[in-house]
Amino acid sequence: MVSQRDKKLVVIQLSGGNDCLDTVVPYSNGLYYDFRPTVHIAPDAVLPINDNFGFHPSMGAIKNLWDEGKVAIINGIGYPNPNRSHFRSLDIWHTAEPDKIGTEGWLGRVIRELDPKGENVLTGINFGRGLPRALGLRGVPVASVGNLDTYGLFPDLQDEALKQSALATFTKMYGGAAGRDVVFDYLGQTGADVLKGADVLRQAPAQYASTVSYPDNPVAHNLKAIAQVLLADIGTRIYYTTHASFDTHSGELPTHAQLWEHVDSAVGSFMDDLKVHNRLDDTVVFIFSEFGRRVRDNGSGSDHGSGGVAFVIGDSVEGGMYGEYPSLEEKDQLEGDLHFNNDFRSTYATLLEQWMGLESAPIVNGRFEQFNFLKPAAA
Amino acid sequence: MSNQDFALLAHLLRRAGFGATRDELEAYAAKGYTATVDELLNPGDPEVMPDDIIRRYHVDQSELRQLDGAGANWLYRMITTKCPLEEKIALFWHGLFATGYSKLNQARALLNQIDMFRNHGLGRFDNLLVELSKDPAMLLWLDNTDNHKGAINENYGRELLELFSMGIGNYTEDDIKECSRAFTGWTLGNAEYMAVRASKDSIWPYSRIAWHFQYRDWDHDEGEKTFLGETGNFNGEDIIGIIARQQATARFVCTRLFQFFAADEVDGDGEQVIEAMMQSYFDSGYEIRAVLRTLFLSNYFTSEEAHYARVKGPVELLVGAIRQAGSYRSPTLGVHQLAYQGFFMGQGLLQPPSVEGWHEGMEWIDSGSLVERVNFVAQELSSLDKPGVRAIIDRLAAENDGVLTPEQLVDQCLDLLGPVAVEDDTRTALVDFAAAGGGALDLSGHQAGDAAEQRVSNVLRVIASTREYQLA
Repeated sequence: MVSQRDKKLVVIQLSGGNDCLDTVVPYSNGLYYDFRPTVHIAPDAVLPINDNFGFHPSMGAIKNLWDEGKVAIINGIGYPNPNRSHFRSLDIWHTAEPDKIGTEGWLGRVIRELDPKGENVLTGINFGRGLPRALGLRGVPVASVGNLDTYGLFPDLQDEALKQSALATFTKMYGGAAGRDVVFDYLGQTGADVLKGADVLRQAPAQYASTVSYPDNPVAHNLKAIAQVLLADIGTRIYYTTHASFDTHSGELPTHAQLWEHVDSAVGSFMDDLKVHNRLDDTVVFIFSEFGRRVRDNGSGSDHGSGGVAFVIGDSVEGGMYGEYPSLEEKDQLEGDLHFNNDFRSTYATLLEQWMGLESAPIVNGRFEQFNFLKPAAA
Repeated sequence: MSNQDFALLAHLLRRAGFGATRDELEAYAAKGYTATVDELLNPGDPEVMPDDIIRRYHVDQSELRQLDGAGANWLYRMITTKCPLEEKIALFWHGLFATGYSKLNQARALLNQIDMFRNHGLGRFDNLLVELSKDPAMLLWLDNTDNHKGAINENYGRELLELFSMGIGNYTEDDIKECSRAFTGWTLGNAEYMAVRASKDSIWPYSRIAWHFQYRDWDHDEGEKTFLGETGNFNGEDIIGIIARQQATARFVCTRLFQFFAADEVDGDGEQVIEAMMQSYFDSGYEIRAVLRTLFLSNYFTSEEAHYARVKGPVELLVGAIRQAGSYRSPTLGVHQLAYQGFFMGQGLLQPPSVEGWHEGMEWIDSGSLVERVNFVAQELSSLDKPGVRAIIDRLAAENDGVLTPEQLVDQCLDLLGPVAVEDDTRTALVDFAAAGGGALDLSGHQAGDAAEQRVSNVLRVIASTREYQLA
């Protein structure tokens, strides 16, 4: 039984708006092929989930995990008054705030809850460049690691005494001039966080050994780095990475297939890696995108839509289909989009309460009905 | 020449360019501030590294199909240009009209767009939007090639209003649709084939084919349209004409220019400058050059208040340090690593994260990017083999007979790297660091790479790693 403080959440953001209709394909539904004369997956190409739905053919590893009962598919996920701007919709998912402009990232709040005094600057780590707003919260340190192997200051200095002297000076300079202005303070705090985090983090690749090899693509590189940090046991609880771009307005079929091939093979290797290290019960993976795409294709791709699909994957997950697969009937559509039927904050709340053991309401800005996609023993 | 003159010109050049060496500042100071502003706003011959020379050394920069070679090619221009504002304004529009490689697989088309920003970026805003709407990279990036009479694709129409001109809240969903209708028929020659080639990322069988704008009158919606309350048989140029005269457009464009060139945050004083910029926008017939002239000559811009009021963007930081170090002035193997370096700091040229560009200001900084930023500039400005670093050492050696106390060493290095104005706490830490390297520094009779030069290098490294150096 894994203890509460060891539970980890890995979030994979599919930027650009993943086409849920071509991800969990309603292959027995004639309307799907009517609305999608070009941008569809043929019935004999899907990886069947049941008689009605099947995974995109690129999702072989996730299909295997599904067969093992480790995948929860959350259909019809979204939020009221859907916004079709990437910028705004991602903001909404990041801040759990659909009605006004939110400034606090939901995972930033989670990290604050997990480590209120900011004792471990590595409680949350983003793997990739730039910090997604989901992790952003003033005063909450979050490391953003582009490359785990080179993380730290002055790696070019060979003279160890000189390096220590330069680092000591850096510490003094970044600690001074308190209260000059917000930007200066923020730079100072970030500099201090860098120093604290760097030494710890750079040990992770050195300690790592695995029989699992990862494919050569960006999301796989990031998931491998996540595995290295996770297995190093340095107290990191929240892991975040992003894969882009799912904004398939045109030429969707080959692009979408390659995107999912990358994500699928990366997730498959990551789960294998945890398995060979006997650490599958530590971790839950959550995959989301800012919106789905329009029901009707545009002849070569699909435009921005609303309701989408999310996945929760792990040993502690009760595999199955959750939410309702939205109706494709024209009368049930929302301005040509799939109508969402469950608020994304229900999924957040489930992950927070039933996995991370946190009170969800202050984090997701309200109370939302929870799913049962986690095994009761997981809580 | 007073230090204040240098400080003001250095400030202008950090904003309207990528910083300046002391030699450059002396040349600008001889002309004066206003003349320098006008010279920057009216670029002449940039004297950039010639393409034939570049191609002789970099095969990948001949066809310029790939991202890293193309990014390096632009960096060469930023590093060697004599007209820095021409590149800086192109960087500004690249961030605002953010077009990315991921979907195009054709970096040459992106560089052509950057060229268009150089040619039109300081001119009339309406002309710029027309050029943008005809730009092949943009046509494919936002799918106007799929925007047809009777079957609109509203991607370009929406972003033109939301991200490129007015901002959200100044138009309706219907305006987006009508705007999209007006841009039907604006496409590429052989668009269908080109779109497939781009999406398949294939160079076969004919290698890359240059894209060009094509207007298909038979695919243009000739019907009546109502846009922002005006009705007519509008084409794209008419829509842009209506957009350009909106108050919301003037505010949007002037605010974005202010934030890029003056200060990340707009306060009450800044708001007044934006009002003045908007007035210039209308008075000049939407001339960006006039708007920027108003900004650069404003009391706000020249006052202390505006100094260091921006976080340097990664490319500004990168190019600024390289220009100061005087490196990459001639073809240099490994230059494409610079393009990666910008990406690691959070700004990969020609690959913005999305059509909304980069989140700027404080959002450039997180623990990951700060590490990359400090490490790059610290190494670049402490390398004793770089011409700019040697020039600093020569200037130090020529003063005080080459003997400097730790205080003098720190103060003169700060002066020659900017001048960089630092907080007292920062200076104290720097002086302590310099003193720990030994008492007075004697540079008389210095030899390349000797212990005396090494002490200068160490001080330059630590100055480059200050918070102050991260600001523009």
